[in-house]
Amino acid sequence: MNMDTPVPPVDRYIVLDAPPRRLRDVLLRWEVILVILLVATIVVNTIVSPYFLDVFNLADATFNFSEKAIIALAMALLILVREIDLSVAAIVALAAMGIGYAAEAGFGPVGLFATGIGIGLLCGAFNGMLVTWFSLPSIVVTIGTMSLFRGITQVILGDQAKTKYPQEFLDLGQSYFIKMKETGISWLFVPPVPLSFLIFLVLAVLFGLVLHKTAVGRQLFAIGSNPVAARFSGIPVDKLRFLLFVVSGMLSGLAGALLTARLGSMRSNIGVGWELDIVTMVILGGVSIAGGVGSILGVVLAVLVLGLVTFGMSLNNIPGQVVSVYIGALLIAVIAIPRILDKVRVRPIR
Amino acid sequence: MKTTRRTLLKLAGGTVFVAAAPAILTRPARAADKRIAMIVKNLGNSYFDACANGAKEAAKELGGIEIIYTASAKPTAEEQIAVIDAQIAQKVDGIIVSANDADALVPVGKKAMERGIKVISFDSAIAPAGRIVHLSASSTPLIGAKQVQMIAKTLGGKGEVAILSAASTMTNQNSWIEAMKEEWKKPEYKDMPLVATVYGDDQDDKSYREMQGLVKAHPNLKGVISPTTIGIRSGAKAIVDGGLTGKVFITGLGLPSEMKDYVLAGACDSFAIWNPVEYGYSSTMIMADILSGKDTAEGAKLSMGKKGETTVGKDGEAVMGEPFEFNKTNVEEFAKIF
Repeated sequence: MNMDTPVPPVDRYIVLDAPPRRLRDVLLRWEVILVILLVATIVVNTIVSPYFLDVFNLADATFNFSEKAIIALAMALLILVREIDLSVAAIVALAAMGIGYAAEAGFGPVGLFATGIGIGLLCGAFNGMLVTWFSLPSIVVTIGTMSLFRGITQVILGDQAKTKYPQEFLDLGQSYFIKMKETGISWLFVPPVPLSFLIFLVLAVLFGLVLHKTAVGRQLFAIGSNPVAARFSGIPVDKLRFLLFVVSGMLSGLAGALLTARLGSMRSNIGVGWELDIVTMVILGGVSIAGGVGSILGVVLAVLVLGLVTFGMSLNNIPGQVVSVYIGALLIAVIAIPRILDKVRVRPIR
Repeated sequence: MKTTRRTLLKLAGGTVFVAAAPAILTRPARAADKRIAMIVKNLGNSYFDACANGAKEAAKELGGIEIIYTASAKPTAEEQIAVIDAQIAQKVDGIIVSANDADALVPVGKKAMERGIKVISFDSAIAPAGRIVHLSASSTPLIGAKQVQMIAKTLGGKGEVAILSAASTMTNQNSWIEAMKEEWKKPEYKDMPLVATVYGDDQDDKSYREMQGLVKAHPNLKGVISPTTIGIRSGAKAIVDGGLTGKVFITGLGLPSEMKDYVLAGACDSFAIWNPVEYGYSSTMIMADILSGKDTAEGAKLSMGKKGETTVGKDGEAVMGEPFEFNKTNVEEFAKIF
């Protein structure tokens, strides 16, 4: 050995977690694109409609998407690990029916929410069991349970509605949980916040922390990137998958409780078609359907973009079909952008 | 770096344009003094388009009223609530709804009324707590009487008549048949006896066979009343197929688009159902009356413009009038609508 060779610098042993950040990496992040979209939506709507930038109107608008948004958080994690739960809307219906019967039996608001979440938990565990124990593809399982859960609701209820709920329960769904408080300074105030939106925000922070700041979060990304490699690295893949289906069921049950309280009534067609709205939120939020890529911030931004676009368009009395066409076009455009950018050799870092 | 910036600019520009385009295209005029939103079950339905045309006709007649005609993409309560919320946010003066769910729309209806917006329902009702008035197209006694009057006119008041109903358990049809029998007690129908009531269960094939059976069992049968859209179209088909045109006539409640051919063939002289244009017109007239501060307590009278007056009944229920009659002169025109 040649002793004259200088000792290599210690730097050699530093392994970077990620390539160094450059400006374009930051600017082309998926979330930045969504922020631009969100700002554009707000600016355009404010210019076009004098009713848009009104705290009460905006608070009311959140009522209409918060329940779906809560489920979208769980759906984001499922899609991240290459699974999907299409039975969420059917779980909403089954949970809402359970709440309807529980209310007739004299349960209070806490009992009703517990009923909804409990039914959701059972449904989610059923999905998770089929997916993990029997190694069935989740898309097939949940298409099946979608019909099963909705079907049970339809068989039991027929064309009947459940309309008797305690007033305290209805208030939770229909009035602002945090009331408007003015401080005397015109721009400084506590905005009115409905319970469903508040729960969504709290859960979003919680999910964001778990996914991006804990070991479990890293494990989810690992499963999404390569489930087999993740298993060989000692990650309990099936256990985590099972838990995600349970979480998805529980949040669907919670959303069912919030929706029932808001409507003050439930029928077997409650929340019909929601699963696709929720998947839309998640995909627009930048969670890759191929797994392993996504962020909770992106999903939250997508929820706000979709909610405000829909609200803004209906403020201008644009018919629902046109709104659907627009959201469909937006989704395709947003999915196409990375491919187009690929061709010009800049790719957004998702 | 250059590519990045250019791409970003394009991206941002593109997004703003995409986001802005639909809104800019349809910026609404805000000239009218009063804005009335007509929110129906779903769009792309010519029945509701006809209702909206009636509403616009009423707005034109009254002046100073803007009609906002809208609906959600999916005919669900949740989506309809979002649309109503957007109307509340715009602080419209009145909302006319054809409800996707009677109970689920009560909270949003209450919210609108708390904010000083007048809410009424038509076509499909909101439960009483969520609206001021519901305008029904017609009422049981009027629907029953109208059908007896039509067959009497066709037959000149002479000849045996039978009823071809839906299922024997259907409350609507049964109450209409009761109303028919009430009308039948009048002396002018003494030469027009009711000989049978049969049930086709609202199935095309069963109704068709029941109609054939009626003709065989009652050789002197001259007329049939079918208070169901399925019964009347199957019965009319049985008349045409059996070569009975001109010998037996059918009437009842039918849809112009389904009945047009049979009316033109002569199997059906006239039939009835409500007219959607008049329905939208009357609803808007009532709303205008409510907006001008008219009382809506039980027994109050509300104006329906050229359609006359209606009286508010129990639970805010009001009735537009007797069903609208369709015959050779107008069936083709309405067949295009519904």
